[in-house]
Amino acid sequence: MFRQKRLRNFIFYLTISGMLFFTSCTTVKPSDKAYLNDGEMLLTIRKLEKLEISFQLYREGSAGATGGKSGGGCGCN
Amino acid sequence: MLKINLSLLGLIFSVIQIFAQSFIIDSSMIYKKKALSFDEANIISSYYHQEGIHSAITGGTGTEKLSDFANVIDLKLNRYDGRGKKYTYGAEFGVDYYTSASSDKIDAQVSSASSSDVRVYPSINYSVDNEKTGLVLGGNVAFSKEYDYTSIGGGFNFNKKSKSQNTEFGARLHVFLDTYSQIIPSEFRSGLPPRQQKKGEIGNASRNTYDLSLTLSQVMSKRFQLALTLDIAYQSGLLSTPFHRVYMNDGSLLRETLPGSRIKVPIGLRANYFMGERFIIRSFYRYYQDDWGMTSHTLQIEFPYRISSVLSVTPFYRYYHQTRIDHFAPYLENMAGAEYFSSDYDLSGFDSQFYGMGVRHTPLKMIANLFAISQLELRGAFYNRSDGLTAGIVTFHVQFKGF
Repeated sequence: MFRQKRLRNFIFYLTISGMLFFTSCTTVKPSDKAYLNDGEMLLTIRKLEKLEISFQLYREGSAGATGGKSGGGCGCN
Repeated sequence: MLKINLSLLGLIFSVIQIFAQSFIIDSSMIYKKKALSFDEANIISSYYHQEGIHSAITGGTGTEKLSDFANVIDLKLNRYDGRGKKYTYGAEFGVDYYTSASSDKIDAQVSSASSSDVRVYPSINYSVDNEKTGLVLGGNVAFSKEYDYTSIGGGFNFNKKSKSQNTEFGARLHVFLDTYSQIIPSEFRSGLPPRQQKKGEIGNASRNTYDLSLTLSQVMSKRFQLALTLDIAYQSGLLSTPFHRVYMNDGSLLRETLPGSRIKVPIGLRANYFMGERFIIRSFYRYYQDDWGMTSHTLQIEFPYRISSVLSVTPFYRYYHQTRIDHFAPYLENMAGAEYFSSDYDLSGFDSQFYGMGVRHTPLKMIANLFAISQLELRGAFYNRSDGLTAGIVTFHVQFKGF
């Protein structure tokens, strides 16, 4: 019951934050995206991080929301 | 519950509002036809080593010493059809070689075959990117094989960019159909036919994973962008490990037993900010919950700093906290008579810290006028878990780009 309430509150605040973010943002023209197009500004994991995430996936009980796989493979050692 | 539904509705409308501005096609765009050509190749290698004293194979006690040498090569080719469509063909091949001291204890008397092993994992992918409409459709097929485990996977992905390319929605569905060749510890082999006693194999079991991932990315300003990701993963089949021992509180020895299904729900937020001319803040937060009673929080922050136009350094730090699953207890503490039980410390409650440094060089050095070395990166990091497990990883990446 406590867990469900906590998750519900979390989703509520996340949604409110999301609404504020996605309605208040400004339009940036492609010519003004020099900073955003920098290789370090990618909104996904970088190639190199894949192998780091792979071991974390095995040594920790949770997974996902990183853009990588969250299932398949054993990792039982 | 009502306030959640209304706010979700609001969020959906605000996203639709952004996309509604996106269906005006710019007739000034000119598309050129281009034959199939080399786009990009990556070689990534890592060496990982860990030490610990809570091996699940020996019931939550004993060495967890493990080394893993991983290598991944990927190749990407693409072509343009002259009507604004880009076709991408990708292939990846990975090979891991690992040695594990705890796997050697599956058979308490003699060395087991899986104390060292090789895992191979090839995959192919294909996508069509319509630059006129901002729509990307793709799919992939993946395979993984090691001594006692085979995985076959596949998936589809869909991405839609707004006309301004400031908003992007992505959806991905992946399915993994895995087969476990069940090897049991030597103490449980006495009742098996003589032929099976040596290896301890008792037949195959399946483990299936269905994973839906939804991502919404948004450019907030010329220097700031973020992405929100929601995953829902469902697993079914044999989710315990057949050679994990569990010593119950009455002294009896059993094999790990866990429920036959699991639902995992992680929600992640990634936010990147370019500060000044040299400094970037990359951040990631994830909340996770599953129906085995585990919750977790992950916070990662990286600070890439440009020393020059081709050289940057990146210190990074990751903090992770998880609660234990309902069925975990340490050595000799699981209740005798319980339906499910495990002494696997990967499923226990702990905090962990992961920290290190990366160096990245982007030389764009031409080779034989065919392609260029576009990126060289080296990262080293340490990992400490509050139950005493320590690890280190060194990763190297070289990227080649075509013209």
